[in-house]
Amino acid sequence: MASTAELEKIVTQVRRDIVRQVHAVNSGHPGGSLGCVEYFVSLYFEIMKHNSAKFSMDGINEDLFFLSNGHISPVFYSVLAHSGYFPVKELSTFRKLNTRLQGHPTTHEHLPGVRIASGSLGQGMSVAIGAALAKKLNKDNSIVYTLHGDGELQEGQIWEAAMYASGKKVDNLICTVDMNGQQIDGSTDQVLPMGSLRAKFEAFGWDVLDLEKGNDIASVVATIKKAKEHTGKGKPVMILMKTEMGNGVDFMMGSHKWHGVAPNDEQLAQALNQNAETLGDY
Amino acid sequence: MKKYTFTEKKDTRSGFGAGLSELGKSNPNVVALCADLTGSLKMDAFAKDHPERFFQIGIAEANMIGIAAGLTIGGKIPFTGTFANFSTGRVYDQIRQSVAYSGKNVKICASHAGLTLGEDGATHQILEDLGLMKMLPGMVVINPCDFNQTKAATIAIAAYEGPVYLRFGRPTVPNFTPADQKFEIGKAVMLNEGTDVTIFATGHLVWKAIEAGEQLAAQGISAEIINIHTIKPLDNSAVINSAKKTRCVVTAEEHQMNGGLGDSIAQLLARELPTPIEMVAVNDSFGESGTPDQLMTKYGLDAVNIVEAVNKVLKRK
Repeated sequence: MASTAELEKIVTQVRRDIVRQVHAVNSGHPGGSLGCVEYFVSLYFEIMKHNSAKFSMDGINEDLFFLSNGHISPVFYSVLAHSGYFPVKELSTFRKLNTRLQGHPTTHEHLPGVRIASGSLGQGMSVAIGAALAKKLNKDNSIVYTLHGDGELQEGQIWEAAMYASGKKVDNLICTVDMNGQQIDGSTDQVLPMGSLRAKFEAFGWDVLDLEKGNDIASVVATIKKAKEHTGKGKPVMILMKTEMGNGVDFMMGSHKWHGVAPNDEQLAQALNQNAETLGDY
Repeated sequence: MKKYTFTEKKDTRSGFGAGLSELGKSNPNVVALCADLTGSLKMDAFAKDHPERFFQIGIAEANMIGIAAGLTIGGKIPFTGTFANFSTGRVYDQIRQSVAYSGKNVKICASHAGLTLGEDGATHQILEDLGLMKMLPGMVVINPCDFNQTKAATIAIAAYEGPVYLRFGRPTVPNFTPADQKFEIGKAVMLNEGTDVTIFATGHLVWKAIEAGEQLAAQGISAEIINIHTIKPLDNSAVINSAKKTRCVVTAEEHQMNGGLGDSIAQLLARELPTPIEMVAVNDSFGESGTPDQLMTKYGLDAVNIVEAVNKVLKRK
C-alpha cells in the first residue's frame, strides 16, 4: 500500500506530464485531465489488480479500466506510462504523426494498457458491461472500472447501458462520473441541466456513492475501496465524483475554457512552477 | 447451362439460426446477443440450449454493439442479432469506434435486409447496409444466397478473427447450395461457366441470376454466373478473370446501386480492366409496403431485369 504522500508525488508529476504533453503539440484536453489525476493515480497505484509488465488484451484475473470520455487521454497516458505499461519517454510522442498515443485512446496502434477506442462519447459503459459479463462467464471475480464525463451522460447510450447493468445485475462493475460541471460550450447547467444524477442512477437501480472531494487522494482511495465492498451484491455501483476542472493549475481551475485548449509557453512555465518535478520529467 | 434444382425453399435467417446452434455445441466461446428479435432471427434454439451464453439486451442496439465489443475482452466470440437496419445504420458510430477501429472480434448478424422484408415498409427495408459496412476499414462483409450457404457462413465466421457483417433475410428462397459445400470467406463460387456475359450476383439475387441464365440460354446467350457471397474482401481475381473472358458484366443485388456489389465490381474493373457493366439494383430510392415478390418486381430486381441488363450490356461490347 502506497502512502498518501507517495501517491501525491505521482499526482504532481502526472499534472506536469499533462500540461507538457498538451503544450508540445498545442492541442489536447488539459482541463478534464487535471481534474481526474487523483482518480487515475488511486486506481492504478492503489486499487486495481493489474499486470503492467505483461499487458494482455483479455486481462484474465486482472481488474480492467475503460476510459469512456477518451478526450482526457493525457492523464490516462501519463498514468499508464508511470505504471509501467510503456516507457514514460513515449509521452513526448503524444498526438504526433506515427504515435501510439493518438489524440484519443485506441487499440489500433497496440498501445499497452488500452483495451478499447474511445472519443466518440457514451460507448464505454456498454463495453465495460460486456467485459464484466465475460468475467462472470470466465468465473473471474475481478472488477471492471469505467470513467465518464458528466457532459457525456447526455448521450442516450449511457442510459441504455445503465438500464441493462442494473436490470441484469452486472454487479462486478464500478462506474465513476467526473462531475466537474463543465463541458465545451459552458457549464453543464447552461448546456443541458441534468438534475440530480444520484436520483437518476438510483431510479435506474444503481448503488450510488458520493465522492465530494474528488481531488483529495485519500478521499478518492477511501471511496473506491468502499465501492469495492458494494460489488457482488446484485447492483452495479456508481461513484459520483466531484472534481475541479484544471485542478492543480490555478489559472485553469473552474472554467470550461480549458476543456480543449493548450497553454502557451508562459502559461506552461506558470503551471510547472505550481507543480514541482517529483519523479523526473520525460 | 448447368441445371440447378432444389427440394425446398427456406429462409436464410433459419440458416443463420441453424449455424449458430451448431456453434453453440462446438465452440464454448461463442456467445449470442439479441435486441428483442430472438424469434425473427431464429436464435431461440441457441438461447434455450445455452442460456448462460445468450444475452437478451432489450431494444437497445447501441448498447448491444458495445456489450459485444466488451465480451471479446475475455476471449468470447459474440454474435449480435437484429434486423439489418438496426444492425448498421442505427449503430454505425458504435460499430465504427468500438468494433471496427478497436479491431474487435464481433460478428454482426443482420436479418430482414432489403425489400424482401416486405409489408413492414421502407423504415425497415435497409438497402444501404452493405455500403455502410464495406466502407469500414477491416470489416468483412458477407451476403449468402440460401439456407445452406448462410449456415455454412455462420459457422465459418466464428473461425475468422476480426469483425464481420453477415447479412441475410426473411423470405423463403430456393435452397440449392450443397449442404456440405465449404464456405470460404472471400472466395467467389462459380455457378455456371459461360462465354458471352458474366452475371455477378449476391444474396437473394443469386437464384434470380440462375433463372435469368436459363432464359438467356434459351435465347442462345451463354452466361457465366458467379455467386459473390463475400462483398468484402472481393474476390478480385475471380471478377477479373471472368470479365477477361466474357468482356461484359451484369451485377445483381438487393441493395442500392450506390455502395453495393455493383459499385465494388465497377471500381475494380475501372482500375484493372475497363469493361461494359450494367447493374441490377435499387436506384436511389426507398422501398415501400407490399409482398416481397411485388416489391422485387416493382423495383426491378427480377430475373427478367437481369435478362434485360444482359441484352443491354451485350450491345456495348
